[in-house]
This record gives sequence, structure tokens and C-alpha cells, in this order.
Amino acid sequence: MPMLELNDVHAYYGNIHALKGISITVDEGEIVTLIGANGAGKTSTLRTITGLLKPKTGSVILDGEDLAPYPAHKIVYKGVAMVPEGRGIFAKLTVRENLDMGAFSRSDADGIKQDLERAFTLFPRLKERESQISGTLSGGEQQMLATARALMARPRLMLMDEPSMGLAPVLVESVFDIIQEINKEGTTILLVEQNAHMALQIAQRGYVLQTGEIVLSDSAEGLRKDPMVQKAYLGME
Amino acid sequence: MANLTRKKRPVTRILHWTIFLGVIGCVPVIFGGNAYYMYVATLIGIYIITSMGLNFTLGYTGQISLGHAAFMGLGAYTVALMTLNGYSFWLALPLGVLITFVAGLALGLPSLRVKHHYLALVTLGFGTVIYLLFSNEYEITGGFSGLPGIPRPSFFGLDLSSDIAFYFLVAAFLVLLTGIALWILNSRWGRAFKAIRENDMRAEMVGVSLLTYKLLAFAIGAAYAGIAGGLLAPLMKFVDPTSFPVHESFWFLIMLIIGGSGRFEGPFVGAIVVMLLPQFLRGTQQLYFVIFAAITLILLIFWPGGLTSLLDVFFRRVLRRNPPQFTK
Repeated sequence: MPMLELNDVHAYYGNIHALKGISITVDEGEIVTLIGANGAGKTSTLRTITGLLKPKTGSVILDGEDLAPYPAHKIVYKGVAMVPEGRGIFAKLTVRENLDMGAFSRSDADGIKQDLERAFTLFPRLKERESQISGTLSGGEQQMLATARALMARPRLMLMDEPSMGLAPVLVESVFDIIQEINKEGTTILLVEQNAHMALQIAQRGYVLQTGEIVLSDSAEGLRKDPMVQKAYLGME
Repeated sequence: MANLTRKKRPVTRILHWTIFLGVIGCVPVIFGGNAYYMYVATLIGIYIITSMGLNFTLGYTGQISLGHAAFMGLGAYTVALMTLNGYSFWLALPLGVLITFVAGLALGLPSLRVKHHYLALVTLGFGTVIYLLFSNEYEITGGFSGLPGIPRPSFFGLDLSSDIAFYFLVAAFLVLLTGIALWILNSRWGRAFKAIRENDMRAEMVGVSLLTYKLLAFAIGAAYAGIAGGLLAPLMKFVDPTSFPVHESFWFLIMLIIGGSGRFEGPFVGAIVVMLLPQFLRGTQQLYFVIFAAITLILLIFWPGGLTSLLDVFFRRVLRRNPPQFTK
């Protein structure tokens, strides 16, 4: 049984048909990537999983359970955490307050303390800047904080929306290293990326989205060799 | 001084409380002989409580409310009607708190659908309706004739009717409500409020229920205003609708913004400045509002964080205790 399963999901923003029958699966322990251009429906797909966008038809199933009845704020209690697009941190709160918010869904004080230590080991920069207002962090540090905040929920499935957006190439490398490290420690990852090149290097499988539909799905290896993907997303002729 | 709700060294916290309690204790020693000064001091205490309530709703949770005068009125009329009918103040005030808390929950509901100036208009409408109820339901409220002769309470046989005794009653409530506010803001609720203010979608994603916490922010803010109103009625010994017109809500907004919205000390500084400025500007007569508006505008443009943010700048630059940190 896959950990996460989207079955023929259709979703709308008003009259705009954003998702036209998305079906994907994510197995436990995997890194799966969704690639596609702007407006292809990548972020909308993540939103249907987190409950911020309710599917009109189709279902989102986590561990065999339909998520439809759960409001958005309950999804994190199911073990799903989100790293929002554009370093979605709480900009006027301190680094520490952001991390505390990440653990809002939990009440196990000891576990939270452990995870805070783990976050600081993974991102030593955040430890140095613990009491700083997070909006004054650099772009890379904000991305670290957004990731660390999601980890504070101790998720089994982490959704990441464009973690490489707007970062310098050297930082992109380290962000992807950390994604792999988090995955090795046992967190399943669904990664949305425009940077198909990097995403297909760390993912096991991938889906290609175009205008709200999945046009291709294969192993990462297979997608890298696909002529259409090479042309449209990897910049190769 | 940035924010009392962030972790403070115990020394700083004790210092804050000493200054706070010291000021409260000194006022009657210095001004005790002058009934008018004591009246203004008591009124300031009451307005601090209302602004503290608005600080929950607007400052910490980011939900605008222009209904705070109405909440204050609900508290005042509840206490007035109950005590005039022979019930104890100590029964009337909790009932007033309950009524305003429930009214706050109800006014919080639209905040789940509308934001910013749309929410401002909804709460403004609420304030107008309550004002009309006060002025038109004269069989209950006495209309514009008001309700005279509201008694001042006593506390276990201790008579609180003198101006100084009543000042200490308000001061006791102020200290108690300050403590409760600190406790709430440092709790899980306070964190949820601030997360909603920053970005409600991100707050939802980490598990904050917008339904629960937006309504709570409104209800707590309203209950604070209700207590303030419940204290205002016996202070003035009289209530009428003209104490709670819609524009009174804007004064609370101005107090909060001048003091510093979303800062713990904001309501204290704001209420004191807004209430005392007229005393110093009395010589300017009609020019008063022009001067006041100019001061407010200048503050909004140059120091949108309010007067307490100026203190921050002072402590950082002058004392260099906490140099600003920037990273690249």
C-alpha cells in the first residue's frame, strides 16, 4: 500500500480548472518529485494534500485513510508537514519562535527538545541566530528555517515546494544535500521543483505536470533520458 | 524592552514590574488631593485595559476590530442595569464579561471570511448597531437620558466608593489583567495568535485552527473591553450612549498604534499619552485635534511601531546593550 495516493483529483480556483485528474502515489521512504513549468499545478497538488485546496472530485489518501473530512490544520497531526514556497516563515517572529511553531501540533516536551537539538545539528547557522528576527536572515538561512520548522512536526511525509527558488547555486546544492539526509533518516519526501536537473538527481521517481495534468511518470533515471523532459526541463537539445 | 513576551532575564522582568507597581502606587500619593486628577488616572487605567484587549485582537492576532467601544458599552450597561436593580457588582461584572466574551466570539466569525478593511467595516457595523440599541431601547437603557445613580462597589464590607479606593480597585484589575495577558501571550495560545498575524495559511499548516484561535482572540479582546466598561460605569456613576459612540473605537485604535501595536507595553504608553496630551495641550483649544492628528501622522510615517519602538531605538543606540543584528 502506498503511503500517499492521489486518485484522479480535480480541483478548481473559482472557475479555473487547476487540476485535471491528478493521480500520483508516494511510497514510504521515497523521494518523489513533481516537475513542471509555472502554473502547471505543482503547488496546487500540494495544496490538495495539505487541505488548503479541497478536491472537487477524486480523493487524497494517506495510509489508506481518505483526508477529505480533515480541515487544513488537522493534516499536520496526520504526520504531513509542508515547507512552503518562497521560504514561508513567520518573518516577524524569532528563529526560535518559528521552530516552536513547527512543533505546535505536538505536546511531547522531551521529543520536541530532542528534535530542536537535531534541527540545530542539521542547521548550525540557526543555532547561532536563535533569537534573531527571522525576516532578517539571508535567503538561504530562511530556507533552512522553513525546512527545520517542518521537521519540528516530526513528519513522516514532508512536502517541499520549490526549496531551491531564488537561492544561489552553491546553496541549492546544500539544500538538496540536506533533503537527502532528512530522507535517509526516515522521512518520505514529495518534492515540487522547477529545477528539474537537481530534483531528478536526488529523487527515485518523478511526475511531469503540464497545465494541470500528468503527462509523464517514470523513474528519475527514465525521466532524465526522456527526450521531451531533456528538451523542456533540462535545457538539452 | 522590545517585547515582554519574549524571554527576559528575571532581573529585567522584576524591574518592569517594580516600575509598573511603583507608578500605580505613587499616583495617589502625588495626586490624591485632587479629585479630577484621580478621576483621569482611574480613567487611564480603564482605557489601558480596553487597549490591552484590542492588542490581543489586532496587535497580536492581526484582526482589526472597530467594535471595542461597543464591547465596553455592553460591559458598562450590564453592570449598570444589574447594580441599579440591587444585584452585587461582583455578580454583575462576571456576567458582563460573559456577555462580551460571547459577543466577541460572534464578531470573530466574520474574520474567518473577510480580512483587513472588509473586516473593519463589519466590526464598524457591529459597533453602530450596539450604539443604536443603547440609544433607542430607552425602556431598558434609558436612551439618551442614560442610567444615573450607579453605585460604587464594596469588597467584603470594604467600602470602595471614595475616589482613591475606586482607583485602587481599577489598579488591582489592571495588575491582574496584565498578569493574565502575559500568561496567555506566553502560552500556546499566544504563539498561535502571533502565527495567525504573520500568515494565517502557514499557521494552519503547522496545526493552528483558525476557527478556534481567531474567535478566541476576538473573545478575549472583547472580554477585556467588557471589564473596562464594567469599571467605567461605577467610576462615572452614570452611563449613556454618548460614552460608547463608534468613533470611540477609533480612539482605542489610536492609543494602541501610538503606543505600539503588538507590543506588550503599547497599550500602557498609548493610553497614558492619549489621555494626558489634552491636559498639556489645553491652551491650544480648537487647535488641539489638529496638533494631535499631526503627531499621530508623524508617528505613523516615521515610527510605525509606535512610541515603544522609539524606546527600542533608544536602548539600542544610546545604551548599545543590544546592537541590531543584520546578516548578509
